Amino acid sequence: MASVTYEHVTKRFGDVIAVNDFDIKIEDKEFLVLLGPSGCGKTTTLRLLAGLEEITEGNIYIGDRLVNDVPPKDRDIAMVFQSYALYPHMSVYDNMAFGLKLRKTPKSEIDRRVREAAQMLGIEQLLDRKPKQLSGGQRQRVAVGRAIVREPQVFLMDEPLSNLDAKLRVQARAELSKLHHRLGTTFIYVTHDQTEAMTMGTRIALLKDGILQQFDTPQRLYDYPVNVFVAGFIGSPSMNFFDVTLTGTKEEMYIDGGTFRLKVPADKARVYGDYLGKRVIFGIRPEDIYDPELVAPGITQGRIKATVEVTELMGNEVFLYLETGGKSFIARVDPRTRARVGMEIEAVLNMDNIHLFDTQTELAIR
Amino acid sequence: MVPKIMKQGTLTPWFYLAAAIIIMFVFIVYPTINTVILSLKDKTGTHSAAVDCTPGEPCWGMFENYRYALTNQDMLQALRNNALWILLTVPGTVGAGLMFAVLTDRVRYEKLAKTIVFLPMAISFVGASIIWRFVYYLEAGGGPQIGVLNAIITALGGQPIAWLTNKSWIVNNISLWVVWIWLWAGFCMTILSAALRGVPTELLEAARVDGATEWQVFWRIMFPIILPTITVVATTMTINVLKVFDIVFVMTNGLNGTEVIANRMFKFIVTNQGRSMAIAVLLIILTIPIMIINVRRFREQEMIR
Repeated sequence: MASVTYEHVTKRFGDVIAVNDFDIKIEDKEFLVLLGPSGCGKTTTLRLLAGLEEITEGNIYIGDRLVNDVPPKDRDIAMVFQSYALYPHMSVYDNMAFGLKLRKTPKSEIDRRVREAAQMLGIEQLLDRKPKQLSGGQRQRVAVGRAIVREPQVFLMDEPLSNLDAKLRVQARAELSKLHHRLGTTFIYVTHDQTEAMTMGTRIALLKDGILQQFDTPQRLYDYPVNVFVAGFIGSPSMNFFDVTLTGTKEEMYIDGGTFRLKVPADKARVYGDYLGKRVIFGIRPEDIYDPELVAPGITQGRIKATVEVTELMGNEVFLYLETGGKSFIARVDPRTRARVGMEIEAVLNMDNIHLFDTQTELAIR
Repeated sequence: MVPKIMKQGTLTPWFYLAAAIIIMFVFIVYPTINTVILSLKDKTGTHSAAVDCTPGEPCWGMFENYRYALTNQDMLQALRNNALWILLTVPGTVGAGLMFAVLTDRVRYEKLAKTIVFLPMAISFVGASIIWRFVYYLEAGGGPQIGVLNAIITALGGQPIAWLTNKSWIVNNISLWVVWIWLWAGFCMTILSAALRGVPTELLEAARVDGATEWQVFWRIMFPIILPTITVVATTMTINVLKVFDIVFVMTNGLNGTEVIANRMFKFIVTNQGRSMAIAVLLIILTIPIMIINVRRFREQEMIR
């Protein structure tokens, strides 16, 4: 168990900067998720910690130990690969025991740890099988098991669930969270799936083009995104954005989107004062848009007249694809909605949850 | 509408196979059968081999040619040499090939390095033998040594060595084995290199993270994974080396203790057809078990895939 510190870490492949001045401290026992779209440098960040890539600039510490020049085998880490990377010529038991054998752990100790881990993961009956004889979900467990038996200081996981089908993924997600609680070890987990990140992470580091965008708890990432990218990446469906102008006065401020005019709540208006009369990006999450007949109580309302273009019934909710002034946006409404394609409705916005961003810098206005 | 001939039936497949079967029959099945028959006949292939028997000496009747093939001194030498060829050049070629495959994988000019190692394969065996005869050349008349090896040895103040006509038969054979390994290592390297490429990088990385040194990564992960390929290469090389002929024929013609089975066969091809055929049959029989192993391994590998 140990903390992990990235100190201004940069990784270049030739002219390409894969990781740019990455600088965070991951606390002991944390479940940190490295999140971002493909090619954002999240896997490279993990591989730098594993010692599978060399750091171009900066330092990485595991606990208090500088590990820049420490080979992977001496870093006291265990890694679960996206493809699981199970040794095809070894049985499940030998796969799990491999790392311990290399460390000359006594046989009885190896046996105890392998059986304990196998029991924890429910794969005891598979110990004699070869990886080829296992299903995807079973392989994934073996890969996790192989990491567990090592009892490392840090667990590294590189998209371990991406090869599972949707149903198994949900199940495995919960199991990994449970495992983290049970082991109390630092987990560093790479994924491009924001649902995995939100559900499992104690904190999330969101990357884009090798640059850290925001490093915070899942809830704060959702509630207070620092810029347009974070706001759009977290949440599904994505946040709706409109190019608007702030009009009125500091006391009575309006968001003017051409076809709609929304009154800004007084407490927020104070914050946006400097942007009065300027163009800004207005963001609202689909879940903060309501069917006029089914509005949640106690919210500050704003209204937008819009045409229903498409409806998608999800069972527990309905996605309305709406259009106003040539601009499409999505509302996630109660399934009892009576909105139908072609209808004109007056969508109700929860003005307490609006987001405004600077047009130039795309940073949140706070 | 499917033409009638394309329809599945009991006869149609034979129709399509006919061309291949006829060719195989004319060029493989018939000659094999004929070889076996001729191996039981005398020098000219007209009478039973029994007529070659000398009265008062052991005689195996119609199998007289086989008596020669299995008991004659020269033949025993050839059989011994062939066994040694297998024992030493198969590990030699496969080992060198594997080493080249692993090492060239890690150098910057990988393609160039591999091309150089593979280059001998592009030379005809006879050509290669002539090249190596020059390398091993011994100037016995007292003039300067023009063979590269002996030139080096004399330049360093040593005595020139008779590489191919040495009193010790083992030296002569080693000289030939070196040529064989030089010729075939590139071929082994190419196949093994492809097999090594097939080992996923993530497996090696997983092993490194698991605590393996590079040496352990090779022996515990890479080697077992490519073992089926190594076996196929080794059996293929065994079959090749059993049939070794060109190098021996050109470089020593089987003299000074370097005789091999195929060279014996060639020697009698005109003077004693029956004997030559008996030796050929012996060679086929020796090859068959290895062929079977090879085919089995290949099938096993296909089943794993």
